[in-house]
Amino acid sequence: MALTHETLLEGAKLWGLFYLMGFSICVLIYTFLPSNRERFERAEREIFDEDDGPWK
Amino acid sequence: MGQLTTGERDFGAIILIVLAIIGIAMAAAGRSDVLGIHGAMVLVYCLALLFLLLSGAFGTPPSAARLTRYYDDPIKVGVGLTLFWAIFGMFIGVWAAAQLAWPSLNFDTSWASFGRIRPAHTSGVIFGFGGNALITTSFHVVQRTSRARLADQLSPWFVLLGFNLFCLIAISGYFLGVTQSKEYAEAEWYADIWLVIVWVTYFVLYVRTLARRKEPHIYVANWYYMAFIIVVAILHIVNNLAVPLSFAHAKSYTIWAGVQDSMVQWWYGHNAVAFFLTAGFLAMLYYYLPKRAERPIFSYRLSILSFWGITFFYMWAGSHHLHYTALPHWVQNLGMTFSVMLLVPSWASAGNALLTLNGAWHKVRDDATLRFMMMAAFFYGLSTFEGSFMAIRPVNALSHYTDWTVGHVHAGALGWVAMITFGSLYTLVPAIWKRERMHSAILVEVHFWLALAGTLIYVFAMWNSGIIQGLMWRTYSPDNTLVYSFVDTLLAMYPYYIARAFGGLLFLIGAIVAAYNIWMTVRTPAAATLALDDDSPGDERQISGATPTPAE
Repeated sequence: MALTHETLLEGAKLWGLFYLMGFSICVLIYTFLPSNRERFERAEREIFDEDDGPWK
Repeated sequence: MGQLTTGERDFGAIILIVLAIIGIAMAAAGRSDVLGIHGAMVLVYCLALLFLLLSGAFGTPPSAARLTRYYDDPIKVGVGLTLFWAIFGMFIGVWAAAQLAWPSLNFDTSWASFGRIRPAHTSGVIFGFGGNALITTSFHVVQRTSRARLADQLSPWFVLLGFNLFCLIAISGYFLGVTQSKEYAEAEWYADIWLVIVWVTYFVLYVRTLARRKEPHIYVANWYYMAFIIVVAILHIVNNLAVPLSFAHAKSYTIWAGVQDSMVQWWYGHNAVAFFLTAGFLAMLYYYLPKRAERPIFSYRLSILSFWGITFFYMWAGSHHLHYTALPHWVQNLGMTFSVMLLVPSWASAGNALLTLNGAWHKVRDDATLRFMMMAAFFYGLSTFEGSFMAIRPVNALSHYTDWTVGHVHAGALGWVAMITFGSLYTLVPAIWKRERMHSAILVEVHFWLALAGTLIYVFAMWNSGIIQGLMWRTYSPDNTLVYSFVDTLLAMYPYYIARAFGGLLFLIGAIVAAYNIWMTVRTPAAATLALDDDSPGDERQISGATPTPAE
C-alpha cells in the first residue's frame, strides 16, 4: 500500500476520530471505576504525610 | 557531591575525561569554526567539574545512613542554577525589548544584534530558567511522592550539569551567530545530540526512581513530569533531524523540506509550549499548591481527566501556527479545532487549582507565596483561553505576526510559568534547607507585586500594540491601497515598546529580589527546633538534624 496524501487523510479523518473516541472512553472508565475511588482519595491525602525520609 | 561513593566518583571521572577528549577533538576538527570554540568550552567545563570531583575524593567516605534520607544535594545546586538563568535570561529579554525602542543599543556589533540576543533570551528563560526549575522540582517531587530516594547519586548530577552544558553551548552559539533558524530549537546538531543523551538519562533516572516507590499509587504530579520528559524527547529528536555540513562544521541542514519542515517545526514548537512550559509546571502546581495551602486538591479525578485531555489534544494543535500558508486546509482546520477543544482540559486544571484554594482565601491574602500560585493558575486560565481564541483562523488573520502573539506568550511565560516557579521555589527552599520560613516575608511580598505589575504592564502594552499594528496593516483606502506604511506602524508602537521594556525590567528586579532572599535564607543557619505553627510550609517540620524515623 502506497503512503499517499489520501491514505493519510483517511487515517486522520476516520481512524483518528475512532482513536479519539476510544481513548476518551478508556480514560473515563479508569477515572470513574468505583474500585479506583479509594486509591485516588488516598493519593490526595498522602502528600501531607509529615514523615521526611524514604520508607523502608 | 559530598555523598558520592568511590565507585560513583570513578565513573563520574571517566565520563568527564571522555567528554574532555571529545571537547579536544571538536576543538581540533573545528579550528576557527564555532565548533572549535565550543570544543574548547566543553574541555574547560569538564576539567572544572573534574577538579571539583577529585578535590573531594580523599575525604571520608559517605556513611550508609545517607540512604535513609532523600538525596537533595542536586536540588540545592539546581535552585542556584535556576536563579542564575532567570536573571540572565530576563536581563537579555529586557535588553532585547529596549533595543526595539532604541535600536542603537546593539552598539553596532553583530553579537548583540536583535536576531542573536532574541534566541539567547528565549532559550535562557525557557531552557535555562524553566528547564532547571523543572529538573530541580521534579527531583524533589518524585522522591517525596514516591517515598523513595533517587535511584542513584551520579545520574542526577549528570542530568543537571549535562543540561546546563547544553544551555551554555546553545546560548553562546547564538551570540556567535550559530542557528538552525527553528524557533526554540536554534541550537545546532552537536548540542542537540548531547541533549538527547542527557534527556534519556533523565528519563531512565525518573523511571528507576518511580520503580523504587513505596507508595502504591503514582501521584498525578509525576504523570505530568513523565509526560514532559517523554514528549520533549520525541519532539526534540524528530524536529532536529539534520545533516551537518561535515563533522568539523557547526552548520547543518534539516532533513525536512518545505511545508513539511514548517509542520514539523510547529508540531515541535507548540508542543514545546505544551509539554515543556505547561505539563511540567502543572506538575509543580499539583504538588506545591496543595502543600502550601494545606488542602488536598479539589478533585483528583478531574486532574486525571485534564491530564489525558491535555496530553491528547495538544499533540494536534501545532498547525494553528500555519494558518493561511501552503499547509493543506484540513490540517489547519484540525489544529484550529483541537486548539479550541483544549480549552476544556486547560480550564479544568485552572479551575481545579482555584477551587482547591476555596476556603483558604485568608491564606492567599496573608501568604505571598500562595498568592504567586493563585495568580499563576489565574494567568494559566487567561492565556489558555486567549490561545484557543487566537487559533481560530479569522482571529489569527488579525493577530498573526503582530505583538499580540508576543503579549499572549508573555501572559503565559511571566504570569503562569514564572509565577508558579517562584511560588514553588519559595515552598521548596525552606523545605530543602530545613528552614522554618524564607529569610524575609516582606521581600516575597515585594517580589509578588513587582512580578504582577511587570506582567500586567507588559501584557497590556503588547495587547494594545498588537491590535493597533494588526488593524493598521489591514486598513485600506476607498481606492484599495494600504493607508499606513510600515514606518507608520513602528511610530504607533514606540510608546508601547518603552512600556514593555519597563514591565520586563520590573519583572527582572523581582527575580533579583528572589535570588537575594533565597541566598539569605540559605545562609542563615537553621534554628535548633522548629516551631509547629501553621505559617510554615507543610512538610518537614522536624527537629533539625535528627534522623527521620521510617514509618513502617
